[in-house]
Amino acid sequence: MTSTPALVVDNLRKTYSNGVEALKGISLTVQPGDFFALLGPNGAGKSTLIGILSSLVNSSGGDAQVFGVSVNKQRSEAMRLIGLVPQEINFNQFEKPFDICVNEAGFYGIPRKIAAERAEKYLKELRLWDKAQMQARTLSGGMKRRLMIARAMMNEPKLLILDEPTAGVDIEIRRSMWQFVSGINAAGTTVILTTHYLEEAESLCRNIAIIDHGTIIENTTMKRLLATLDVETFVLDVTAMPDELPSLPGVILRRRDEHMLEAEMARSHDLNSLFAALSTNGITVTSMRNKTNRLEELFVRLVEGGRNGKEQAT
Amino acid sequence: MSNTAANLVALNTIVRREIVRIVRIWTQTLIPPAITMTLYFVIFGKLIGSRIGTIQGGFSYMQYIVPGLVMMSVINNCYANISSSFFGAKFSRAVEEMLVSPMPNWVILLGYVTGAVARGLVVGAMVLGIALLFTSLHVAHPFITFLSVLLGATIFSLAGFVNAVYAKKFDDIALVPTFILTPLTYLGGVFYSVKMLSEPWQAISHANPILYMVNAFRFGVLGISDVDVGVAFVVMLGFVAGLSIVALQLLKRGVGLRS
Repeated sequence: MTSTPALVVDNLRKTYSNGVEALKGISLTVQPGDFFALLGPNGAGKSTLIGILSSLVNSSGGDAQVFGVSVNKQRSEAMRLIGLVPQEINFNQFEKPFDICVNEAGFYGIPRKIAAERAEKYLKELRLWDKAQMQARTLSGGMKRRLMIARAMMNEPKLLILDEPTAGVDIEIRRSMWQFVSGINAAGTTVILTTHYLEEAESLCRNIAIIDHGTIIENTTMKRLLATLDVETFVLDVTAMPDELPSLPGVILRRRDEHMLEAEMARSHDLNSLFAALSTNGITVTSMRNKTNRLEELFVRLVEGGRNGKEQAT
Repeated sequence: MSNTAANLVALNTIVRREIVRIVRIWTQTLIPPAITMTLYFVIFGKLIGSRIGTIQGGFSYMQYIVPGLVMMSVINNCYANISSSFFGAKFSRAVEEMLVSPMPNWVILLGYVTGAVARGLVVGAMVLGIALLFTSLHVAHPFITFLSVLLGATIFSLAGFVNAVYAKKFDDIALVPTFILTPLTYLGGVFYSVKMLSEPWQAISHANPILYMVNAFRFGVLGISDVDVGVAFVVMLGFVAGLSIVALQLLKRGVGLRS
């Protein structure tokens, strides 16, 4: 028996009143329990899609179903299943975090006593409990973002949508946020994430869709997508370097400075032979790292590839 | 949990939040109307009114203007409350908390209107209390008094909501009170009987909805009115129904709220 998909987007279209066609009939499916990345450059249509799913944007055509419930035809029922962490801060900054969470639960019809218990639970889990009775405007940017996650959890959604939740947040808070979100995903909540930090998407998400100019240009598993990347570039920190770099088969070596090399090679190329060849030439490697995030490299290729294709076609 | 129970919880949440807001900023919501109305009573009622004597039905000028001034404060405060609160929520995008929730539109509207009516009634009671420091009053028809103030408060709460939905900047919520609400209030028989006007001004005054509210309330308090009280209630109920339909349609279409 197959389970009902967490999200089915079917030929969804949106044309704004100014004529901008933000979504050109996109379709995708997200399975229950998935951690799904929805990526795309600015203005690609991600926020419009999320806006339609959360009923903040009226679609121009098509439909979306959340666990089999139509967003267009059964809005209230569909909204009970969704938790939204928007891109922009959208709470009353003069209210207290505790009240913001309890009121949010109230909008979902959750009685005040249960709402207060949940508010305490999620504010504690997101390390905001000591700020619960302060005015929200006094919170730092990272705290405000965590508060929006706590608020989105108040109705304990089956589908949590995170629209660039870590924008402008420092690395430590980002990690604690991902730890929390990974935990609720492991507990069964389906998560859809949009982010510009592609290493986040690469490490957290199992499936991915890339959207550009209102169309889906890639929709596959993260593993399969990353496997299509055939070349990798490593940055090597070295102790000393000869005047002339050795010529190694299958590897392009570039000097970045006196103690740093770049090695571009096929993913199938084994690293042991690279190290052996460098060692033979008197080069000792002290550390190494990927030049760019793999997903970032693919993302740029896909988006630029799509644009070049369009330019050629026109 | 049934939909009805969930909607009641949601309604209670909005009303509670609105009342907390009114109390939190009490120096802006409750004190100014008390000060303004005290000045009206002192200047128009005591100083000028004492030279006018009785105006209609044997009531002193001070007694005559009390119902009008109470209704005027109720109307202004209901309108100001809902327009600033709902537009504030739009401006800060906090309104999205409600728009993405399963709450039906009528719950959002009823919640905000109830909050605004609550402020209007509290301010009305305060103004009436202040009036009693200057004059004595015997409420002639308590039920009509309550019903007329409730309907008047509801009408201007709904009107303020519609204004807030359309407003794009804070100036837009100040325009209607300045250029429409205040002139209509002053020309709505708060300070005088429209029977004192010559034609066509007397007939023109009957196109002013505030005339019916002020006179229905004055009939409730003093037992005198420039208009038929039955007609006044029909007009008020018509406005409540019409504005409710308009507000719900705006919410349904998402005007100014959903893209």
